Amino acid sequence: MTPQPSAALSATAPPDLLYSEAEEDLRTAVRSLLTHRGAPTTVLAGAESGRPYDAELWRSLAAGIGTAGLLVPDKLGGQGATARETAVVLEELGRAVAPVPQLTSAVLAVTALLGCDTGDAEVAAPLAALAEGRRVGALAVPLTTPPGGRPAATVRAAAGRRPLLSGEITAVAGAAGADLLLVPADTGLYAVDTGAEGVRITPVTSLDLTRPLARVTLAEAPGSLLAGPGRARDAVDAALLTGAGLLASEQLGVAEWCLEETVRYTGERRQFGRPVGSFQALKHRLAALWLEVASARAVARNAADALATGSPDTAVAVAVAQSYCGEVAVRAAQECVQLHGGIGMTWEHPAHLYLKRAKSAELALGTPGRHRAALARLVDLPGPPD
Amino acid sequence: MSPTDPGPAASADREAVDAAGLRARTAALLAAHDPATTPRPDFLRARFDAGLAWVHFPEGLGGLGAPRALQAVVDAGLAAAGAPGNDPRRIGIGLGMAAPTLLQYGTEEQKRRFLRPLWTGEEVWCQLFSEPGAGSDLAALATRAVRDGDGWRVDGQKVWTSGAHLARWAILLARTDPTVPKHAGLTYFVCDMTDPGVEVRPLRQITGEAEFNEVFLTGVRIPDAHRLGAVGEGWKVARTTLMNERVAIGGSGAPGEAGEGGMLGLVTGTWRGRPELRTHDLHQRLLRLWVEAEAARLTGERLRQQLRRGRPGPEGSGLKLSFARLNQELSGLEVELLAEDGLAYGDWTMTRPEVVDFTGRDAGYRYLRAKGNSIEGGTSEVLLNIVAERVLGLPPEPRTDKDLPWKDLPR
Repeated sequence: MTPQPSAALSATAPPDLLYSEAEEDLRTAVRSLLTHRGAPTTVLAGAESGRPYDAELWRSLAAGIGTAGLLVPDKLGGQGATARETAVVLEELGRAVAPVPQLTSAVLAVTALLGCDTGDAEVAAPLAALAEGRRVGALAVPLTTPPGGRPAATVRAAAGRRPLLSGEITAVAGAAGADLLLVPADTGLYAVDTGAEGVRITPVTSLDLTRPLARVTLAEAPGSLLAGPGRARDAVDAALLTGAGLLASEQLGVAEWCLEETVRYTGERRQFGRPVGSFQALKHRLAALWLEVASARAVARNAADALATGSPDTAVAVAVAQSYCGEVAVRAAQECVQLHGGIGMTWEHPAHLYLKRAKSAELALGTPGRHRAALARLVDLPGPPD
Repeated sequence: MSPTDPGPAASADREAVDAAGLRARTAALLAAHDPATTPRPDFLRARFDAGLAWVHFPEGLGGLGAPRALQAVVDAGLAAAGAPGNDPRRIGIGLGMAAPTLLQYGTEEQKRRFLRPLWTGEEVWCQLFSEPGAGSDLAALATRAVRDGDGWRVDGQKVWTSGAHLARWAILLARTDPTVPKHAGLTYFVCDMTDPGVEVRPLRQITGEAEFNEVFLTGVRIPDAHRLGAVGEGWKVARTTLMNERVAIGGSGAPGEAGEGGMLGLVTGTWRGRPELRTHDLHQRLLRLWVEAEAARLTGERLRQQLRRGRPGPEGSGLKLSFARLNQELSGLEVELLAEDGLAYGDWTMTRPEVVDFTGRDAGYRYLRAKGNSIEGGTSEVLLNIVAERVLGLPPEPRTDKDLPWKDLPR
């Protein structure tokens, strides 16, 4: 008999790792929309056009289905749902490598605002605008920032009647095309209108064609204070933790598409007089990948459920999800390219969109290695003394 | 009748088999048979007759046709009263493999004869399936069963039989027709291990001990009444057994297991307790394995939640693959972590353990024994094929052995 090398942590109620009926309904709605409007050829054409995101698709998702406000309580203009529903939406968006700001606006920016005083109109107004999909926001930190990470305080706020912000932030996802930036600065978290004087957003040619980055330069740009330094740090931390935990579901979706598409292709593609998917060398790789994707689903659901219920194990669940799902998505995309053979290397085939998303997402919000280092602290497995 | 189907007998009494009803029945059993004064076998027999052995089994066969999940109600009540158990680790093959197969394919007479002493542990069961020439390709097996009067005469050699030296009965797969393709010529029997034609020899393994046996069958007599299923349908019957084997080996594990259980707990315990052994390389590998073990645990938990909702997922076929790999990597890492101590080995003396005890022995033993995890109950390679073909629907390899008569296959 094979004993289980188990690693459970707490004796609290086990997380709900399944999907509820309402969650499945939400998935159906999002998938149906993406099937009609987000075909890979459309995604590629959009990326080549230089548009930062698909505004029309985002309108349908954000306002039509209501995905922009899932994490926001009803009374603040949102849908009053949780991280569990958001995770399902992100799975679907990952499956379609959809170029929409769900993660950057509806998760990172929204969670940062929720960490501020929502009784304050300066916070509540932009929050409602993001939740209703009227405006698009972005948290102005490098996409590589891990939860608990301290971006070098490169932005300074000059005190005055209206604070003026100066500084530069690189590799910001979702900044291009955003209406509102949430800028962590030395004296707190500020809201900055991207149309304001002194704000320059320079698109960066990005590895990920479907989630392009930008450099944000602020030269005495007017901002409004959302939270003082202490609260700002907690709000940004919460946003990064939520973003990292939910990114795992997007990575699951990416991996799922890559696996399904590769299984379909290798079942059809014939060489040596038989489908290439009948060769054991390929079957074993795909079966091993299936197992990783099945495990990634359990791990991603665990993180989403922990975030939704405020579990005391949330930090561990997120670190596990990020160190596991990031690598699974990359492996799935790499296998997708390899097992497609020549066609997998072409610009025409969508596999590269998934590879680029998967590899970039692996670096986003902390690499798997950083999350394992966090885990070493969280579960008391310290390294050698030196 | 499937194990979850309560059947007509139970439906008349349905009200009594909810949790409250089971609590009442448990109390009645305890009142009539005080565990403090009743001898263990008597108590177990009474428990079986009260339908509290496995509540999901039909009435009259140790159960009440109740939902399987309600077994916990009975177990809790009996444990609280200090009632003796049937030591399931010692009779795992009977409980996990023979019993579900008997239930599904046995005649009424066979079920009544075999299930009670099987469950109480008075009769231990073993499995005579694998042969030296039929491992992964089990259907190619060569042990012959030939008609002999009102029964059968069996000749052949079986291997990897755990518990054969303790067993009263065996489930046996033998070839009854060599002139048809291999899957079609098999028949499933119950074999009497006390027959003079049965010879059991210990099979020593790389750990030094002998958990398993070789079993030589020479002119063994089996009455036709001990055939399970129709002649030529042995493969179909065996698939029921094997499905249950994989559930037992890879499957659910102990629910409610908290903390870093199993192999991982041993390694992390050493890691925290002996900082002088830590290196950067081992640290990186340990953290990676910790994450993978947690992912496997959550995958198993998700599978259990799907089963509870009545929607089993295909993840079960993959879990055994994960557990085998993790146990091998963790036990290998443990040997390295222990440095000088990792070079020692507890004991090479040939012993005959009744149960596999991973945690009770040293790291070297675990490292060696875990090698079997990816071989026993279906090799990892075969399981990957099964996942690829049955879960992913990939086309099978072209085969030459499926339609030829067994006797014409190259060997």
